[in-house]
Amino acid sequence: MAKDILRKSEVFYDNFDRKPGLDKMTTTYCPGCGHGILHKLVAEALEDFGVQDRTMFVSPVGCSVFAYYYFDVGNIQAAHGRAPAVATALKRANPESIVIDYQGDGDLAAIGGAEILNAANRGEGITVFFVNNATYGMTGGQMAPTTLIGQQTMTTPKGRTVANEGYPIKMSEIISTLKAPVYVERVMLGDVKSIRKARKSVRKAIQIQIEQNGFSFIEVLASCPSNLKKTPIDSQNWVREVLQENYPLGVYKDISAKFVSPDKSKTPVNYKDLPKVLNIEETNIDKNRIAEFTNKQFHEQFKIAGFGGQGVLSLGIVLSEMGMRHDFQVSWIPSYGPEMRGGTANCSVQLSSKNIGSPVVDRPTVLVAMNRPSIDKFEDSVAENGYIFYDSSLIDIEPQRKDINIIAIPATKIADDLGTTKVANMVIVGAIIEKLGIMSKDVVLDSIGEVIKKQKLININKRAILKGVEFIQNLTK
Amino acid sequence: MGKQFLKGNEAVVKGAILAGCTAYYGYPITPASEIAHAAAKYLPLAGGTFVQAESEVAAINMVYGAAGAGQRVMTASSGPGISLKTEGISYCAGAELPCVIVSITRGGPGLGNIGPEQSDYNQLVKGGGHGCYKTIVLAPNSVQEMCDFGLMAFDLADKYRTPVIIAADGFIGQMMEPVNFPEPVKVFPAKPWAIKGTKETRKNVISSIELDFDDLERHNIKLQKKYAIIEEQEVRYEEYRTDDAEIILVCYGIASRVVQSAIDNLRAEGIKAGMFRPITLFPFPHERISQLCDKASNFLTVEMSNGQMNDDVRLSVEGKKPVHLLSRYGGNVHTIKEIHAKVIKIMR
Repeated sequence: MAKDILRKSEVFYDNFDRKPGLDKMTTTYCPGCGHGILHKLVAEALEDFGVQDRTMFVSPVGCSVFAYYYFDVGNIQAAHGRAPAVATALKRANPESIVIDYQGDGDLAAIGGAEILNAANRGEGITVFFVNNATYGMTGGQMAPTTLIGQQTMTTPKGRTVANEGYPIKMSEIISTLKAPVYVERVMLGDVKSIRKARKSVRKAIQIQIEQNGFSFIEVLASCPSNLKKTPIDSQNWVREVLQENYPLGVYKDISAKFVSPDKSKTPVNYKDLPKVLNIEETNIDKNRIAEFTNKQFHEQFKIAGFGGQGVLSLGIVLSEMGMRHDFQVSWIPSYGPEMRGGTANCSVQLSSKNIGSPVVDRPTVLVAMNRPSIDKFEDSVAENGYIFYDSSLIDIEPQRKDINIIAIPATKIADDLGTTKVANMVIVGAIIEKLGIMSKDVVLDSIGEVIKKQKLININKRAILKGVEFIQNLTK
Repeated sequence: MGKQFLKGNEAVVKGAILAGCTAYYGYPITPASEIAHAAAKYLPLAGGTFVQAESEVAAINMVYGAAGAGQRVMTASSGPGISLKTEGISYCAGAELPCVIVSITRGGPGLGNIGPEQSDYNQLVKGGGHGCYKTIVLAPNSVQEMCDFGLMAFDLADKYRTPVIIAADGFIGQMMEPVNFPEPVKVFPAKPWAIKGTKETRKNVISSIELDFDDLERHNIKLQKKYAIIEEQEVRYEEYRTDDAEIILVCYGIASRVVQSAIDNLRAEGIKAGMFRPITLFPFPHERISQLCDKASNFLTVEMSNGQMNDDVRLSVEGKKPVHLLSRYGGNVHTIKEIHAKVIKIMR
């Protein structure tokens, strides 16, 4: 029990200085409104548990939007319906804090349906107070998702009908079907006795957050005399006699006795360890090994094309990675758009001694064709004196151009002989490196292990590259 | 720091983490999803938080909460997702919460497609959401800049207590280039206004509501003053061969990469073309473009939209010189050839 119920809780400001106007003593709530009572129950609990400094209160859109006028805790105001999302991030930013998510029925059950459902489902360690007064208070008495059948509001002037508006939403029942929530109860502010009961539930819900970091949901049936167009007494009677009939009170879920929060702790990382964590540690390439290649002036534009699954994109990535290790300017871009469908793939790669402008390759100096459609599609685009490397084990036609260098290489057959078709692309990598002479073979072979992710595949990829190199060497012998 | 070959979408996450970003809240959408993938992979390793939100709307409101708690926080999305986020961005701007939003623009309107476009310029640069607010908008044109702007965005966001948008397109997000990584940020600005569930921050309130008309007017005037300072101090742009240029091609993002190649070709033929690339779309480099009017006889905006940035170029030129527009849409990037042809046509 609070020590002195006649005293304003310490968790309330003495004067409501944030409130505009001259009156800094009274609240913005109408006489008989449920918010005042619930605010008091929450404030007293926060005081009694000694968590005022640790508490952050999320004010929703609705009549309680100005909760920060009253609660002397950390305050944040949320967009309509989004309080559970805001509360999620607050709690995760400061796991030791106590986060109060306070929402009305339109805010929580209509526009914010997704947010409350998912915050509950994630089991955020927050406490939700859901004020159900069956109407939109602040906007002037429109229908709420919880408005009763037959209840007249500004937007259901003849009363809510099943035909037009459907049935009232029962949030406690819905939330209690989820696995993560620890404690779900519906209470009411209908008379002194029910308020005392509500007080217990409020305290228990906050306590579950403090002690167990669990999600609690307290639905509070409350009155809105102004929009019900009733006196405070009559509207409280209505809560007790009518609203309660439609929204049965009680504990819908309580697993607090055995609930243990999953471990949500994080291990902070020192900035010194960040490069390791991000996999961006210094790479050491011996400058002497690449010296003879870095002085050359060149700009090669590759179009690499084939069926999906032939390793077309990774062929481009390997060339690019190796280019980077030679301090070249490099760009890689996958084919983009409709041609990605239908099983064909291509990518554009550029390796250059100077800055690369457009990463798009329209006029390749090197075309790598791993299937026949690639020849059909790209042969004409190859620049004069350029190259076509094509997999002659799969392509049964020969390119027709006479002004370019055409290298037929049975890459798939060579790869099959090595034991796996999958390294046909690396055979072509080897051929390109040998033919163009723009990179150090040793550097490529030594660093391929940094690019191929699977350790057991490194050797076969190396062998495939060497086979490609040898193939070119044998051609020119 | 090392050098790594990676996608723009991954580089921006690594840059952000080096900048001290400790939280990412997002929702999947192509072509921005790799950002979420990288954040999901690396943030928990770096001691941070990654949550896949239930919606774009929830994600930006989680960003609002995390920023309110003083975290360096980011999210990313594309076209339709950014549309959904604009309400939340307006709240962040109104409550003066620093955060970083990456937009990997795709083809629109509606569901459009997943190709690169620059059709969300107005959405990103002109506010997008409700109310008189602006966001700083950075437009990278390389993977290196995706990383670098990841860092710069957080500094600017904290400096001005404002959301900062990194406006890239599907192409910049998907392409791979080598990146030289900068050193991690070690010193962070104090945020005495944040709420952290502590005694010191108990007095704070994060809100964008001002019921009194005069109070809200004062708040708006304060915001406009902030934007004026940003316009004065944070303009960034790049010029390429503009010194003696007779025609200046104005462009940003992937379009500027293609234009750069086109300029080299035009110069090789003796045509004096130059490129002007706004790096900050807000603040827009109006003044510099105005100065360039003294040199150039023509301007050509090369833009993958219906000329949304071109409106700003025309505002800068103020009718002093002809301003032309070359648009592409639907995921198509301009070719060097068509830019070349357009310039020849104008200059003939």
